[in-house]
Amino acid sequence: MRYIEPHAHMVSRVTDDYDRMVLAGCEAVCEPAFWAGYDRSSVAGFYDYFSQLTDYEPKRAAKHGVKHFSWLGLNSKEAEDVTLAAEVVALIPQFLDRPNVLGIGEIGLNKNSRNELRVLEMQVDLAARHGQLILVHTPHLEDKLKGTRLILDVLKSDRRIRPERVIIDHVEEHTVAMVLDTGMWAGMTLYPETKCTPARAIDMLEQYGQERLWLNSACDWGRSDPLAVPKTAVEMKRRGHLAELVDQVIYQNPGRFLRQCPKFTL
Amino acid sequence: MNQQPMLDLYFLEARHQLIEVAAFLDRVERAGETADFRARAFAEAVKILGSPAKNKAGEVLRAFSDPTVEPIAAATTKAACGAWPGRGESQDITN
Repeated sequence: MRYIEPHAHMVSRVTDDYDRMVLAGCEAVCEPAFWAGYDRSSVAGFYDYFSQLTDYEPKRAAKHGVKHFSWLGLNSKEAEDVTLAAEVVALIPQFLDRPNVLGIGEIGLNKNSRNELRVLEMQVDLAARHGQLILVHTPHLEDKLKGTRLILDVLKSDRRIRPERVIIDHVEEHTVAMVLDTGMWAGMTLYPETKCTPARAIDMLEQYGQERLWLNSACDWGRSDPLAVPKTAVEMKRRGHLAELVDQVIYQNPGRFLRQCPKFTL
Repeated sequence: MNQQPMLDLYFLEARHQLIEVAAFLDRVERAGETADFRARAFAEAVKILGSPAKNKAGEVLRAFSDPTVEPIAAATTKAACGAWPGRGESQDITN
């Protein structure tokens, strides 16, 4: 088995996880910027974090035999402070030429507030001005449906945004169709309690096709499993899916999307 | 695809999960918490399980969702609790 982990927060994982992922067939890990569990107090905190994602973490991954890529952005949980958010958005371009940076992400909404929406628009504009791919985080639980609609409205209203260069992550059964209908990609996140289980993710693959869907673990410091993608591959085989389809979903699909950034090579 | 019988694969697991749900409802009732907005949302969502809806998972998720369309004025919490408290109701929960 070979696979790409297209969404994992490895800075919050131990090195044993890299070993286990490589043993399971992982060839590349892609790490979007996210919330640290607390609000950073200044733009300098983001400078350090972006340096970690683009310098230290790829070196740590390489020691374990896996390529590391990153996405840069400001998580919506830190978007209520619009002044700081604007400073962070202004900081990002100096990192975009780093060899492992794939685009802007994960950006999106959390509680669907006006300031979150304003900062999302700023970051979509940043991606458009710099010709970057976009990785979008959709809100949690009761906020996901409304937030997904608001996010899609922002993206569709910007004519510079090409839908095939956007992935909307964390879709579930009530949002997957509306995302795919826009021509954008959809990501299914495999979590033990929230988001998707392997069985539900496979249900959606069977119902909505495999063309523009990917699977990820989004493993971080919360309840999550860095081996969720290969475990779902095993579940696909148990359900009777052929190895070719499994390979398409867990390896070829993320590769097809990510290679739109020329820096993504394996 | 070599289609496997879904009941063979998932019946026991789903049976277990359904009994967990039943026991949870009993527990909430014994605790006198059925008026909580989360318990009310849960009760509404459970009704969908016996409905003829084709996308029951999607409908259950919708039952827990904020149905409004306008952005809120400001985020007062970072967390989601799993059910929409309704307009004007507090989302503050004790745990």
